[in-house]
Amino acid sequence: MTFLLTEDQEMLRDTAMAFARDELPVTHLRELRDSGANGKDPSTRQKLAELGFFGVIVPDEPGGETFGLVGLGQILEAQGRTLAATPLLQTALIGASVLQLGGSPAQQAEWLPKIAGGETTFALALDESAHFNPLNVATEAERNGQGYTINGEKRYVPDGHHADMLIVVARTFGEPGDRHGLSLFLVPANAKGVSIQELETVDSHGAAHITFTDVTVKEDALIGAADQGADILEPVLDRAAIGQAAEMLGSAQAAFDMTLEYLNNRKQFGQLIGSFQSLQHRAAKMFTELEMTRSCVAAALSAADEGKSDVAELASLAKARAGELVHLVSNECVQMHGGIGMTDVADPGLYMKRARVQEALYGSSSWHRDRYAKLNGY
Amino acid sequence: MADTAVDELETFRAETRAWLEENCPPSMRTPMKDDEIVWGGRRGTFKNPDSKVWLDRMGEKGWTAPQWPKKYGGGGLTREQDRVLQEEMRRIRARPPLFSFGLWMFGPALLEFGNEEQKMRFIPDIVKGKIRWCQGYSEPGAGSDLAGLQTRCEDKGDHYLINGQKVWTSYADKADWIFCLVRTDTSVKHEGISFILFDMTSPGVEARPILLISGESPFCETFFTDVKVPKDQLVGKVNGGWEIAKRLLQFERSSISAGGFGGTGGSGILGPEEYAKQHIGTDSEGRILDGDLRGRIADHKMYAKAFNLTVQRQAEQAKAGQAVSHTASILKYGAAKMNQDRHELLIEALGTEGLGWEGEGFDSSAKKVTRQWLRSKGNSIEGGTSEINLNVISKRVLGLKDHQ
Repeated sequence: MTFLLTEDQEMLRDTAMAFARDELPVTHLRELRDSGANGKDPSTRQKLAELGFFGVIVPDEPGGETFGLVGLGQILEAQGRTLAATPLLQTALIGASVLQLGGSPAQQAEWLPKIAGGETTFALALDESAHFNPLNVATEAERNGQGYTINGEKRYVPDGHHADMLIVVARTFGEPGDRHGLSLFLVPANAKGVSIQELETVDSHGAAHITFTDVTVKEDALIGAADQGADILEPVLDRAAIGQAAEMLGSAQAAFDMTLEYLNNRKQFGQLIGSFQSLQHRAAKMFTELEMTRSCVAAALSAADEGKSDVAELASLAKARAGELVHLVSNECVQMHGGIGMTDVADPGLYMKRARVQEALYGSSSWHRDRYAKLNGY
Repeated sequence: MADTAVDELETFRAETRAWLEENCPPSMRTPMKDDEIVWGGRRGTFKNPDSKVWLDRMGEKGWTAPQWPKKYGGGGLTREQDRVLQEEMRRIRARPPLFSFGLWMFGPALLEFGNEEQKMRFIPDIVKGKIRWCQGYSEPGAGSDLAGLQTRCEDKGDHYLINGQKVWTSYADKADWIFCLVRTDTSVKHEGISFILFDMTSPGVEARPILLISGESPFCETFFTDVKVPKDQLVGKVNGGWEIAKRLLQFERSSISAGGFGGTGGSGILGPEEYAKQHIGTDSEGRILDGDLRGRIADHKMYAKAFNLTVQRQAEQAKAGQAVSHTASILKYGAAKMNQDRHELLIEALGTEGLGWEGEGFDSSAKKVTRQWLRSKGNSIEGGTSEINLNVISKRVLGLKDHQ
């Protein structure tokens, strides 16, 4: 495991930072929000494809070199800084990972190039209740003559309102809560029987509730072995948590930087408010938390690339700490900005709204804290 | 690395392994017991006689200070050879032969700032553990503001005369010599400080142990009344002591935070999750029954993991030549919080079992936890308080301004 970037990864990071700064500033999210786009942004998708960002973990040739999850993490962090709504986490990370870890050679040959080229976007349709609970799947996939018939309802699917393909977690055996009996299916978003209810969300990124009514898919829609879907899903969810944590690190860093700048400019009682020790110590504590979370995210990304045995533990560490970090920093960002922090025209509120969505996706801090304890035998 | 260098290193490894097998007594290959730690010195005690054999053998080879030059009694090893030695010692679980402020703090500073005669005179006895040193820094009026120290050192022609008081002097009552910050110019602050050495048996030196809330007395108040010190015992230039003092503080802070205030190695103390399982019980899955405490233990363990990853990250960045600013303050702050949280959780998980003080009826390792919990309260005070560390981060790292 290493905390250092390769030269290629550094260049990728610099490109991603510049792109987020120049093309996807926070004002871009405001424009999307105010125009009612609800996170749908075809022109940005096109630019991301041209930059090659969709294919960061997909090699040109099977077994070839890539920037790895460490590289993708740099992009997600850069986009987190400006709260950008892009399909990268769902498509470049989750979609590519599902296919790489569980797809057949034919599925990989068909879909990985389309992911890498940005031609097809994906969304993982997993949760069925208001809280992340990956085994709690009631959606059923029943065998029919040539394949499966899917019935069920998924809630708050990120990118579900604009993805081309859905990766649906359904039950082919057992009861909600059972690990055995889950299966993963590739379902086109426009397939007959798929009903998408677009959601307007607090972070202006949007999402969807998706209902499956007698949706039929062929045998080749199944990813991996039937009933064994958890074996693919769990490492994918670890990667998703790590990628989400990388994005959160970027958001927390930006909110912190904004706060620091305000402390260094705003005057009250004839003094810079940043000269008050009560605010200085809170800023210093936030900085300590930021640096420590940065270590966790870097370690988790690197371990995932190397396929280390402690990826699950590090994923929970990174997501739990990133959740606490972004919660703390977004709240302090609003508070330290005072009245202006409560206004829509200022950015702190946008960071706080996005933070709560980030915290909930792929397991809250308390969910991952509990899992960390479980993984360590207590 | 060239092949010949690799070969040489492997030869060194084989020789070292053979020497350790031959010379490290079996009882020195067991986890360290607190009352068998060797601090050396004229009045040093050896509860386990093997520990004297082990110290003498290692000291003779200079392997208590493996990288120090041979001419001062050190091991003269290269960094790579030292790494091999440490690996081979870990392989047989050899105990460190000597605990010493001379090795950790004073020696490195003297090698950097001392003159040849001083190095020849003092370093060999540090390596062999013959002389135990203590640190005369803090004073009643100079804690966080160390440079405000007032202990006077007057030039009397053929000697210096020292008058004043130090406090929080670790083990001053057991040490043979002191390295001490004194004021040689009262008209300026930092530029009026000198770094001087003297024997604790000199007339006019008195060390009084301070009883702490933990019931232990690792620190003293130390008084100097007309203590005469030969002039060749001042290190560096007169009024040039602050530079040496700061360098030595770096050695001190990094030795504190590198250890994260020490683990529980060999002391028989378990982690909070184990005590919680023992004393509260487990559910059908073998998990701690109290879900709230379990969550707080996990939170602490994750903080500790994040801390250790940060130490690793910064070491890797430093090695790669990347700038790492003011990490000592970040790590010192984190280490204090981590160790204090750990001990609060240990006490909580132990319940009333963690509230014993002395005598029968309590597990001896639980009583040790009680004392360590009280001792840990000093972690956010010694070596720079947590508040001072937060000041340093906010001003030096974040660039926040002082009140105008």
